Amino acid sequence: MEREVQRVRQAFLSGRSRPLRFRLQQLEALRRMVQEREKDILAAICSDLCKSEFNAYSQEVISVLGEIDFMLENLPEWVTAKPVKKNLLTMLDEAYLQPQPLGVVLIIGAWNYPFLLIIQPLIGAIAAGNAVIIKPSELSENTATILAKLLPQYLDQDLYIVINGGVEETTELLKQRFDHILYTGNTTVGKIVMEAAAKHLTPVTLELGGKSPCYIDKDCDLDIVCRRITWGKYMNCGQTCIAPDYILCEASLQNQIVQKIKETVKEFYGENVKESPDYERIINRRHFKRILSLLEGQKIAFGGETDEATRYIAPTVLTDVDPKTKVMQEEIFGPVLPIVPVNNVDEAINFINEREKPLALYVFSHNNKLIKRMIDETSSGGVTGNDVIMHFMLNSFPFGGVGSSGMGAYHGKHTFDTFSHQRPCLLKSLKREGANKLRYPPNSQSKVDWGKFFLLKRFNKEKLGLLLLTFLGIVAAVLVKGLG
Amino acid sequence: MSKKGDGSAVKDPGAEPTLGTNPFEGTLRRLREAFHSGCTRPAEFRAEQLRALGRFLQENKQLLHDALVQDLHKSAFDSDISELIICQNEINLALKNLQAWMKDEPGSTNLFTKLDSAFVRKEPFGLVLIIAPWNYPVNLNLVPLVGALAAGNCVVLKPSEISRGTEKVLAEVLPQYLDQRCFAVVLGGPEEMGQLLEHKFDYIFFTGSPRVGKIVMTAAAKHLTPVTLELGGKNPCYVDDDCDPQIVANRVAWFRYFNAGQTCVAPDYLLCSPEMQERLLPALQSTITRFYGDDPQSSPNLGRIINQKHFQRLRALLGCGRVAIGGQSDEHDRYIAPTVLVDVQEAEPVMQEEIFGPILPIMNVRGMDEAIEFINRREKPLALYAFSNSSQVVNQMLERTSSGSFGGNDGFMYMTLLSLPFGGVGHSGMGRYRGKFTFDTFSHHRACLLCPAGLENLNDIRYPPYSDRVQQLTRWALGSQSCTLL
Repeated sequence: MEREVQRVRQAFLSGRSRPLRFRLQQLEALRRMVQEREKDILAAICSDLCKSEFNAYSQEVISVLGEIDFMLENLPEWVTAKPVKKNLLTMLDEAYLQPQPLGVVLIIGAWNYPFLLIIQPLIGAIAAGNAVIIKPSELSENTATILAKLLPQYLDQDLYIVINGGVEETTELLKQRFDHILYTGNTTVGKIVMEAAAKHLTPVTLELGGKSPCYIDKDCDLDIVCRRITWGKYMNCGQTCIAPDYILCEASLQNQIVQKIKETVKEFYGENVKESPDYERIINRRHFKRILSLLEGQKIAFGGETDEATRYIAPTVLTDVDPKTKVMQEEIFGPVLPIVPVNNVDEAINFINEREKPLALYVFSHNNKLIKRMIDETSSGGVTGNDVIMHFMLNSFPFGGVGSSGMGAYHGKHTFDTFSHQRPCLLKSLKREGANKLRYPPNSQSKVDWGKFFLLKRFNKEKLGLLLLTFLGIVAAVLVKGLG
Repeated sequence: MSKKGDGSAVKDPGAEPTLGTNPFEGTLRRLREAFHSGCTRPAEFRAEQLRALGRFLQENKQLLHDALVQDLHKSAFDSDISELIICQNEINLALKNLQAWMKDEPGSTNLFTKLDSAFVRKEPFGLVLIIAPWNYPVNLNLVPLVGALAAGNCVVLKPSEISRGTEKVLAEVLPQYLDQRCFAVVLGGPEEMGQLLEHKFDYIFFTGSPRVGKIVMTAAAKHLTPVTLELGGKNPCYVDDDCDPQIVANRVAWFRYFNAGQTCVAPDYLLCSPEMQERLLPALQSTITRFYGDDPQSSPNLGRIINQKHFQRLRALLGCGRVAIGGQSDEHDRYIAPTVLVDVQEAEPVMQEEIFGPILPIMNVRGMDEAIEFINRREKPLALYAFSNSSQVVNQMLERTSSGSFGGNDGFMYMTLLSLPFGGVGHSGMGRYRGKFTFDTFSHHRACLLCPAGLENLNDIRYPPYSDRVQQLTRWALGSQSCTLL
């Protein structure tokens, strides 16, 4: 393991990942890989999650292609130095921010969108000029295997490598030193990653999870609301970090919500959901059993059918859920939607604030003031109002958590920034030493006064003209001295 | 993504150390309650706190000057330009720009979200901890504080117990100016710090050594608290053959010996050819004499070492290599003369640890390539300096190395520019601040998308079942364009 990481580090130190042209070539190669080997990639995702090809394409591959294109278009601009505003003392100097790669970065993926959650960060890491070690989740075995097979065929084999393995291998990997770690997964392992990173002072981006609440106001079109929630909740069989985890609403709305979700499920997946090609399965037996245990003692309004052999759990809705029960204690990550009745929006806000900050928050209402209030009085990684999931889709938006749902953010330019060091630079000339005499000891009161003049930013308008004249005088004197 | 028994989704009050065993419990609870009450959110509250901080600086200038003399033998001029004026500038900048910084940032929408409202909301994290060191005790406490307050957080300030004079002023006088529901100063040494770090904060901002930085980050990991670590390292200073040694000597000496060398961004060691060294030594001597006189110990412009422990540490370093300039020391005064060492070996202690004192070792290299190789073999420093008349040389140094910040042909002048962020990379730190960057550091950037409640027809394409026709259409529509799904 140490040797592999060393090899990658040597490759980075050679400097070949840095030129813009190289980065663009690698991104183009990645694009070719996704297009040419689409069938293999889709097959792997499909077999990991019992997903239809179309779903795998529309949920993962499209976003990857979009991200690569976005990067290719903007990278030339992003790599250039950005000049910054100067002050009187630095008026004649060059001051700018120069983005530079960090070095060797580690990307640890998750199993629920096993292709997207590896490749999307990888795109930004390559774009920022780094070498990358990729650790796909071992739970999505087939995708892990296909990534290990395909990436070396298209990308530089020493700069970007895939390391596969389970807990033991990941633990070993985390002992190595990296220049940044981006981890997608759960809070427990997130803490382990950060602790391992602390030993090397490695910065981290942690994309974690939590229970994303979904508040439904009285004043809304329930037909539309339930369609959108059904789509977001049961997509990927509920195994989405930003799926609406549970609903908060007034008790009187519960029955209607249940009815409409039931109708929508039928519309989306047919009478026999098990036979719909668009409905996925739970990733493995352990999670299947876990989700099943959440149903114990609950009032199942509809759904609840399961089949262990195929790891099938029907789209399920629970009503009158007690907040103290198990289903409300952990992120569900499955097709089970609890409804917790609250009396009003105040109660909903308190309920949310008593809990850990979630990765996403959803609020449905025609009343914009209410939506605003929800946003103002709570905190979460991100928010979508009157829909679910969608804030993930904008590549101009940072995507990340807060509190126990994570730290840092990525997507689009934010990935580039995450994997770069924006280095502040001030370049002076060796001339014009006269101007520096002001700062050198021995000091005097007049120097103190001049120091204040140059450094304090407070000017009032009447003095501005006088100061401008004085400044011009100084510049003239300095230039004369420099030229002389 | 969450394993079974991942931990309670409800915040567990039992996760905090119990009352009586931890001295900070009550203070932190008070601050957290204040944050939840929402009192720090309105712009007017934050502006008032900033104005009060400004008043603290103005009304206690003498007190602060005296404290800085007591702690570091800092002259009034040095105190002004390196501490008080900088803080005042930060406050003024924050007050002037607060509304703009607080405003939601519009996000650009794509094809499918044109009808929505997209913005990034800056939210305070909540309860933040600022841990400051002793070398610029006013600056390094108050500048992060400005950003934390401007961003709407409640703040716990932990000044260094080593700079005792300043610690006293900050603990006794500062809280009188700020709203004590939302602000507290906590005191103590390493043991108290350990107890403090057991608590959960929503952000920790630490300035200090890499060794303690690791301890802070490890403690933060237990609560998944994001951190900014402003650490240190050995800042190399490359001097090319093509330059005027006197000008270089002026600039390097000023930045090296300011605050008796106790500056995280001071040039730590010089890299130059033996020929350049020959020209630099007399130039450095001349500069030092001009700055501090024939008897630097009696110059009011030279600082002192903070305490005995560091004094002894530095005195031991004087034994490395050969003293070319200076080398005198006085234990009673904690005085060390502005010193230049030559014939230094890489393995010697003076080249192994951050010096943090008025000692400048010179290492010889045969040219820029060797200098770059030397620098890149070591940990990434907080700052890197290169002196040359040739802009090519300066640019090469910049491109082929990495460091927190870079100064070409001067020392840390960039610290006066609030438009440039300040922070380390690798062992020299993570995160950045100053000016707007502090505000951003102490804010959670929350992506918000408000979709239209109606217009459901537009969404139909995303819902199953996906007939063949819909599949074809979607692939065609989205495969050829650079926009993300739906």
